[in-house]
Amino acid sequence: MDFEDSPAEAEFRAVARRWLDANAPKEFEAALRQAGFGELNLDGIDVLTASKSWQRRKAAAGWACPHWPREYGGRGLTPIQQVIWQQEEGMYARLATPFIVGHGMCGPTMMTHAREEERRRYLPPLASGEEIWCQLFSEPGAGSDLAGISTRASADADGWIVNGQKVWTSFAHLSDFGLLLARTDPSVPKHRGLTMFYVDMHSPGVEVRPIKQANGQSGFNEVFFSDVRIADRQRLGGVGEGWHVALTTLMNERLAIGSGMTTGFEAIFNWCCSLARSGAPVFDDRAVRTRLATWAARSSGLKYTASRAITALSRGTTPGPENSIGKLVAGSTMQEIAEFALGLAGPLGVVSDPRSAVDGGRFQAMLLRAPATRLEGGTDEILRNIISERVLGLPPDIRVDKDIPFNRIPSRSN
Amino acid sequence: MNLDFSPEQQRMREAARRFLAERCPPAAVRKVLEGEGRYDRELWRELAELGYLGIAIPEEFGGSGGGYLELCVIAEELGRVLAPVPVSSSVYLATEFLKIGGSPAQQAAYLPKLASGASIGTFAMAEEAGESVAGSIHAQVAAGRLTGTKTPVPDGDTADFAIIAAGSANAPGPSLYLVDLRGAGVERRPLATIDPSRSYAELTFSGTPVEPLALGENGERVLARVLDGAAVLMAFEQLGGADFALEAACAYAKDRWAFGRPIGSNQAIKHMLADMYVSATLARSNCYYGAWALSTAADALGEAAASARISATQAFQHCARNNIQVHGGSGFTWAVDCHLYYRRSNLLALALGGLARWEDRLIDTLRRQRAATEL
Repeated sequence: MDFEDSPAEAEFRAVARRWLDANAPKEFEAALRQAGFGELNLDGIDVLTASKSWQRRKAAAGWACPHWPREYGGRGLTPIQQVIWQQEEGMYARLATPFIVGHGMCGPTMMTHAREEERRRYLPPLASGEEIWCQLFSEPGAGSDLAGISTRASADADGWIVNGQKVWTSFAHLSDFGLLLARTDPSVPKHRGLTMFYVDMHSPGVEVRPIKQANGQSGFNEVFFSDVRIADRQRLGGVGEGWHVALTTLMNERLAIGSGMTTGFEAIFNWCCSLARSGAPVFDDRAVRTRLATWAARSSGLKYTASRAITALSRGTTPGPENSIGKLVAGSTMQEIAEFALGLAGPLGVVSDPRSAVDGGRFQAMLLRAPATRLEGGTDEILRNIISERVLGLPPDIRVDKDIPFNRIPSRSN
Repeated sequence: MNLDFSPEQQRMREAARRFLAERCPPAAVRKVLEGEGRYDRELWRELAELGYLGIAIPEEFGGSGGGYLELCVIAEELGRVLAPVPVSSSVYLATEFLKIGGSPAQQAAYLPKLASGASIGTFAMAEEAGESVAGSIHAQVAAGRLTGTKTPVPDGDTADFAIIAAGSANAPGPSLYLVDLRGAGVERRPLATIDPSRSYAELTFSGTPVEPLALGENGERVLARVLDGAAVLMAFEQLGGADFALEAACAYAKDRWAFGRPIGSNQAIKHMLADMYVSATLARSNCYYGAWALSTAADALGEAAASARISATQAFQHCARNNIQVHGGSGFTWAVDCHLYYRRSNLLALALGGLARWEDRLIDTLRRQRAATEL
């Protein structure tokens, strides 16, 4: 066991590091390092402008989506090289936030299911950040039960007409294109009546409205479709095969191994250390030690779970299912840590005003954001289903709606 | 990056698993649990013959010259089958005290017998309720003779010798001594515990001759280092137990039907099992980090050992407790094996000091690291 690179890996890391040293936007380093759960603040510089500029600079040198094939705007990196790149890019990757959905999910789906001419048209500008993509999956009536969506795509002589509503669409307000899952046949069981399309977000009839979230920020949108026209060549996969295509999208979730998910342990430990310095005997409290030690062990457990996955990549094998625990552990830990930190602050814990709050309001922002982490991209409950069914091999849930036509599935209204 | 065992170590694991499946089935654990002997002597002899007991002992002292990684592999496999043998006392503790703190003469005298299984060693520190700290050690050595009572001492009734933490007039704080338990002046009283498949005793010393192992500050250094190493090895043993309990619970959940379906198709059961998997996975990853730190003598050993120990303790208790819950009423019968894992998980949770000790070790280590980086 060791934490060393192989000679080839070390050589690649040096290449990546040299390029980053010469090109990374160091002027944002402090702000990116500080960034917690508030919105990114780059001292008056527009974040999207900064994001697009960094992505463009990477694209020009072949570092935009380096694990993609060269002909689609990538660099053809192996999975382990991609992890090394992510480690080296580090906090600067935060600038690529608006491109995450496109790079992580839409791009791989286009690569698998689009025709070659479309791949060459759409993937390079997607990689370089010139065009932004979103994923139009969740609906007000279909979240965890994604196959229960009801946005309708009806065939006509010229292609398809779309009506319906999507929700929780990240970056839709910035997007040029979206991956759209729609129902094309409500008379067959739900998984069989779906079809995948890509849609120009500037088409007539597409309306994007920001959602004001529970924590007051707006990172997501609702998207309304009113008689939106889509050509049949914008279909990905066969009619009625949308669920199959959606699964490839969901399974192509970003290879987040290199970065790992933050639990907030480092933040609360650092803050507790500063409390101890000002005379408050925070570490004398058994309860504080117990909670912090438990979170420390959980955080290191996640960190070394990622190391084990990287080991598998480095040996040229596929990582096991261990990494599926990341978000499940990190989300609820973050919530526990935020609640505990506010409690340690006593009455001042309620104050979120960054000028007066403890640690600049970091834990208050964490507290208000944490519920979303436990929901987005698969709720804690869906993740437990996935672990128990795909990893532990337990029988699937009994699904009462599996074999009946979508339009006859019982709901509150029928 | 390489945070996994090598192909050779994996092959060793497979061999150990096959051997233990045959030689240490639940029936063998039950024999000791139900009072047929204080440990499985035949299994102990065979483990020695396979070279497992001396796997981390240098060849010059009769060991097989492997390393800590190999010992971690064996510890995990012994934990899976709840092996009823004094492995933690003799291999993780007594052997390591001699390797790290013993004089060349002591090493030459004891290590070959430990490697061959001819001699069993143990470590005695606790005397009263609560975690053992300097102030809780009242046993005293004067003029080479030990007086006091140690309880509970793991394998204290079967061990041939013990490393003892005791105070003395010439060194502040507890020092480490080596005492022959076969000699005069030692009274042993076996103790009933929550897990009779591992034996415990109360040892009373009245002017018993001892020889020094590591005194004063050196004793404290040796003690901290050996306990860190033992914590990693014990964590692997706990990890093996956690994994087995999880597998047993999953198998039962697939096999048992109620309400016209396998109980494992209910989310209440599935989610319980998923959470057990999460605990076991976090423990495994921390254990591998601990194995790396132990095998490379890394500065991070304290942090890594404490993280492994905490998460493996939590994982084994979590999996063993919920394994009974998944089994329902049958899981609370003497005949079904769930209680063996439940007992062992709670025994091992306290064997090297409980969670509180290792929480302190982790927090204090992290604080020291942070202070060092700030200077």
